[in-house]
Amino acid sequence: MKGWNEFEIGSVLFPLNEDGMKAQEKMPQERSYTENSSRSASVAHWRVQKPVHNVEHCINCFFCWVYCPDASILAKDEKMSGVDYVHCKGCGVCVSVCPTNPKSLLMFDEVEEEKDALKKWPQKETK
Amino acid sequence: MTKDVKNLKQFSKSAEKFEGANLLCPGCAHGMIIREVLNSVDGHILIGNSTGCIEVSTAVYPYTSWDVPWIHIGFENGSTAVAGAEAMYKALKRKGKYQGEKPRFVAFGGDGATYDIGFQWISGCFERGHDFTYVCFDNEVYANTGGQRSGSTPLGSSTSTTPAGRVSYGKKEKKKDLLAIMAAHGSPYVAQVAPNKWKDMNKKIKTALDTEGPTFINALSACTTEWRFDCNNTVEMMDLAVDSLVFPLYEIVNGHELRITYRPKNIIPVRDYLGVQGRFKHLFKPENEHIIEQIQKDVDKKWEMLQKREEAGV
Repeated sequence: MKGWNEFEIGSVLFPLNEDGMKAQEKMPQERSYTENSSRSASVAHWRVQKPVHNVEHCINCFFCWVYCPDASILAKDEKMSGVDYVHCKGCGVCVSVCPTNPKSLLMFDEVEEEKDALKKWPQKETK
Repeated sequence: MTKDVKNLKQFSKSAEKFEGANLLCPGCAHGMIIREVLNSVDGHILIGNSTGCIEVSTAVYPYTSWDVPWIHIGFENGSTAVAGAEAMYKALKRKGKYQGEKPRFVAFGGDGATYDIGFQWISGCFERGHDFTYVCFDNEVYANTGGQRSGSTPLGSSTSTTPAGRVSYGKKEKKKDLLAIMAAHGSPYVAQVAPNKWKDMNKKIKTALDTEGPTFINALSACTTEWRFDCNNTVEMMDLAVDSLVFPLYEIVNGHELRITYRPKNIIPVRDYLGVQGRFKHLFKPENEHIIEQIQKDVDKKWEMLQKREEAGV
């Protein structure tokens, strides 16, 4: 990879190894990315808190999916299947739009283990 | 092909074309808008991008976050880059050198690139009638360069070039009514959208992309950095904007048929929208209260105008 001072004006970056048009029909995990795609980078170090997903309370409404600015909510077979912690910046939008009671996504400290976080899940709130 | 999205379960099967690990701020609404636009298209799409937050944070050398053809060009000519590509498509097709599917031509620009700097170029493209869609990411400020006021910044907002303090209450001018200007170009379709109303937004994007001729979308984009609110409240902020009618959702077809597409069940006072943002904090001092009243009056007047125009169909 060229450094910034060897960078040519008007250059082109190719994020995909294969024919880009055909690759667009594939799901991201099936595509072959080059090192120029920001998919190969990580913003995990931006995060102070991380969202943890609790499958028990999730109703698969996909509000978190549609509002995630960084495409970090993983969806598989019409079900929400977790959080992409490489690309998640920990903004917490997914938690604030989650409509269930108690919430199916909650923010925990980055160092918290997922199984410990799930044990600390709050009970249903009464209004 | 654009798709008709009935529910989010179906929408979530979209093959994502915008990658994470871009450098947009956490909670930035730009990311939501980009994803909602790209995910509503299956097949070829070509994007021209003016300089702005999106451009500098999604194409930081050596990385690109785009899996679709994406041209970065100057601050003012995202629209002309796409218009050029569209003209090239037409020429190649006429000569029989391109037989593939027709791509969707889309230009992205922030409010600075759209309301101010790139306006002349966009106006030219609309006048020449290129078949493309312009999407403006309206965060009401030059967020990329430190938060200077733009033609889209609302009255009373404190920005780095219109700071609120002892002698000033912030910006003294009102926001430009860009949608009316674009409709006056005779565009077949212009609309205002907010990403929190995803269904309405998807419908409008679909219409804009499927309509032949130059179409315009003004998308509200809450900016956590310059509006000064916590990054997890982005969606709530845009909910308040559309429910207080500060940012009404409507469309104008063929330059004159106006339709309101979202009527809030409970219209909330503008005060509730202003109160949660740092950029309007100073308006709540006793000496600046008249600005809030002024904003409320402007919003009410605009809403009345929209309703009357919808009723009259002119």
